[in-house]
Amino acid sequence: MTVKLVLRGKEYEVKPGMTLLDSLKKINVLPEGVLATCNGEMILEDEILKDGVVVKLIAVISGGSR
Amino acid sequence: MKCKACGQKAVVNLKQHKLALCKEHYLNWIPQQTARFIKKYWMFGPDEKVLVAVSGGKDSLSLWDILVGLGYQADGLYLSLGIDGGFGYSAESRRLTEKFAAERGLKLHVVDIEKEYGSSIPVLADLTTRGQGRPCSVCGLAKRHEMNRIAHDLGYDVLATGHNLDDEAAVLFGNTIMWSGEYLLRQAPVLPEHDGLARKVKPLCRFYEKEMAAYAMLRGIEYIYEECPFSVGSTSIAYKELLNRLENDRPGAKLSFYLNFLEARKNGLFAEDVKKTEQPLFNCPTCGQPTMYEGHCSFCRMIAKSQAAGNES
Repeated sequence: MTVKLVLRGKEYEVKPGMTLLDSLKKINVLPEGVLATCNGEMILEDEILKDGVVVKLIAVISGGSR
Repeated sequence: MKCKACGQKAVVNLKQHKLALCKEHYLNWIPQQTARFIKKYWMFGPDEKVLVAVSGGKDSLSLWDILVGLGYQADGLYLSLGIDGGFGYSAESRRLTEKFAAERGLKLHVVDIEKEYGSSIPVLADLTTRGQGRPCSVCGLAKRHEMNRIAHDLGYDVLATGHNLDDEAAVLFGNTIMWSGEYLLRQAPVLPEHDGLARKVKPLCRFYEKEMAAYAMLRGIEYIYEECPFSVGSTSIAYKELLNRLENDRPGAKLSFYLNFLEARKNGLFAEDVKKTEQPLFNCPTCGQPTMYEGHCSFCRMIAKSQAAGNES
């Protein structure tokens, strides 16, 4: 029962039912620094993440921390 | 969240504008706003020839895409810097830039620094011992020189770069904490042409970096995701991250910081050093480009130094 978030090849797991915003807070990622996609579609911070989904996070700051 | 224009599901939320948009309306909004900024800051007119400096990254390729879409006569200039970083950074960025141009039938000029001057950017930095282990100052110098040279030689009216608001705010922040008056005075969406220096414009200067990444993604623009390996850990990145923390707490803080600076600058907060404005520019005897001091310009001095060092070793 998890939601997976992937940023720069690193995987994070959060509980389902949280919003994207809360999930980002949980894994200590600033929303301003990433775009989030799920199944190839961009999603916003109020999106509730359902069980089993994989959210791909794309860092937008050029050359940011790896 | 719903699109403010049509009520469909939004894919972007521009908190600083209190505006959420769906894909279709966002892809209209970005070019419309770009056209507005080009007019507002008197960047260039519809009949002028624009040279877009493209790196293969999201900002410059998106800028080229937008300008062509708006009907401007915009060609690309790619500078091959010879940076590898363990993953063929320059080779990949060049491949993506050439692919972008070819797929759209756009004219792209490519300058290979190593072929043109004998050494790649990292080698030039080593041979000339500039930049304290990082080739960034050599790279900046070479880019400014080559962009101006090509714009001048090929008869372009204006040189456009893909600097976004995060780039501008980070530079502004760095110059502010150092009180670099001279640099603050020169930071603007448009640098007018003078004495052989091409006009430089930044049509994306009011868009957040995240907005440009969203535009590139939604437009299906294939760009180099990995940035220059030498930019990792740089001061400008640290400033961007710091400003993003501020933006997170106060949406719109980055935009206000930049726009209020432009307003203050316009209202004369920063005074021009009279001695410097009256100082005439000289022409470099090798390349003919303008230079602050009599004799060879910094770029030609650097190339001469690298060639001398290369001959010695």
